[in-house]
Amino acid sequence: MSDVLINKRAILAGRKRTNNIALALCMVAMSIGMFFLLWILSVLFIKGFSSVNWAMFTASTPAPGTAGGGLLNAIIGSLLMVGSCTLISTPIGVLAGIYLSEYGDKSRIASITRFVTDIMLSAPSIVIGLFVYALVVAQAQHFSGWAGSMALTLIAIPVVVRTTENMLRLVPGSLREAGYALGAPKWKVSLMIVLRAAKSGVMTGILLALARVSGETAPLLFTALSNQFYSMNMNAPLANLPVVIFQFAMSPYDNWVGLAWGGALLITLSVLSLNILARVFFREKNRG
Amino acid sequence: MNTISNMQKSTIRNTKTSKIQRMQDIAFHVLSQFSALFVLIVLLGIIISLVINALPALKEFGFGFFFSADWDINKQKFGGLISIYGTLVSSFIALIIATPLSFGIALFLTEICPITLRRPLGVAVELLAAVPSIIYGMFGLFIFAPVFADHVEPALANSLGKIPYIGTLFSGAPNGIGMLCAGLILALMILPFISAVMRDVFEIVPPILKESAYGLGCTTWEVARHIILPYTKAGVVGGIMLGLGRALGETMAVTFVIGNAQRILPSLFAPGSSIASTLANQFGEAEPGLHFSSLFALGLALFVITVTILTLAKLMLLQMEKKQGSKS
Repeated sequence: MSDVLINKRAILAGRKRTNNIALALCMVAMSIGMFFLLWILSVLFIKGFSSVNWAMFTASTPAPGTAGGGLLNAIIGSLLMVGSCTLISTPIGVLAGIYLSEYGDKSRIASITRFVTDIMLSAPSIVIGLFVYALVVAQAQHFSGWAGSMALTLIAIPVVVRTTENMLRLVPGSLREAGYALGAPKWKVSLMIVLRAAKSGVMTGILLALARVSGETAPLLFTALSNQFYSMNMNAPLANLPVVIFQFAMSPYDNWVGLAWGGALLITLSVLSLNILARVFFREKNRG
Repeated sequence: MNTISNMQKSTIRNTKTSKIQRMQDIAFHVLSQFSALFVLIVLLGIIISLVINALPALKEFGFGFFFSADWDINKQKFGGLISIYGTLVSSFIALIIATPLSFGIALFLTEICPITLRRPLGVAVELLAAVPSIIYGMFGLFIFAPVFADHVEPALANSLGKIPYIGTLFSGAPNGIGMLCAGLILALMILPFISAVMRDVFEIVPPILKESAYGLGCTTWEVARHIILPYTKAGVVGGIMLGLGRALGETMAVTFVIGNAQRILPSLFAPGSSIASTLANQFGEAEPGLHFSSLFALGLALFVITVTILTLAKLMLLQMEKKQGSKS
């Protein structure tokens, strides 16, 4: 009898021990994740801020071996490309999202599109760069800002499509029915009632897409390339932050590496704030 | 008389409006459908353009291209094995490290963490996913690799390196940058993706299942091991494969830390290259011809591998969604 009792206690103690070890390991995993996040951010802030100065926003990228210089041309180029990418990908992505949620719904074509969109969300961005190179750069015989912007657009669209669809699906059916009851045609219901009701959710998607493409480097290597000089010509090679960071970080010049850290801080801050902004929009929607 | 003609007029007007509206409706339907089809067209376009541009190399070297370890630009001899090997090995290392960590993080966020901390910590993990890959690359090259070379690699060489057979993997000069370092940085990058998927599928386990197990006296770990994990198996595997898909195609971070050497060495400390890093390094300078076409063939291999993995991942997650639909 007492043997059984002792045995039971031993088993219980063993189970508790396993449990404690497992839970401790989970906490260790979480701390490792947080440790690296803090490590990366602190390095970025320390290295980045020491090279941020006024010249970074007013001067163009320096020539090899010369001191000083800034990132103005790269910042302008990035803004141009990301801006035009947003202007193109938003209508296409939102319309596709409307189709998937309002028109296609369970049809075969919609489910295939949904599937492919999900795959394109994680497809290697460098292959998209190859595609745009073959399609645009090889035909035009030169690198261009438009090609870069097109590569970014192809990356942004799936993000916008998926979030838009998910957000439109959250709109209650009674709203649509109320619209139909008033005699509104389907396109008016979709655009003026459903889309408007899901406005902040759709904004979330656009901001997330913006955050995603702002840091993309790989597809720009073969499309926009870079440009040492200040230029706003989208039809020629265009400087942009990610590629400049890549080239400068790999370079032997100290001031270039410094500028790369400054640019890296700039990009990370904008990407992270876009992400947080997207979350704020989403929360507002959930509250309202 | 007068009222009747008025009524007729308004009926005519009504039919006119409804006709116009029907036309607008059809136009909008077609427009939105075309936008949706755009994604499909892009996928097809990618495959077609990769195949067309890869054809010269595939004709010259045959299917053996993917199994040949030659990569000599001067002799114009190309084979994809070095890059394919580098891609697979670095992603595999990433997966081995990231899977248990992500499982721990997901379990922590769903079962252990106090409710008030759940949201901020969840957001922090998601921010880790938002950091651009080039930042991971710079961090890996300038900060992590030196620490890795000074402290981690010698320790590994002195412990695991002494074991026969496995030891070869951890031998050689500790440079910092190399296959193992690339794998570690990749692990860090896919960690948030895998843990986000795992957390989401853990959350759909019906509370009644967990509560019954707790009621029987199970510990938290036993609930995780015997209730949550079996219930979410498909989702967990799907999440891991999603992470794998990400790791395979990751370019910038790997290019910074893998070392970019066109050879296969048994040691994981040694530099190598992945498909994506070879493309990033050589595509800009490639002359039209075999070199150029071989790079496209590499891109094709990468695309086929990732799309296959991602398709499998998606199918598993769909299975999970169906389960959720039938249970709720």
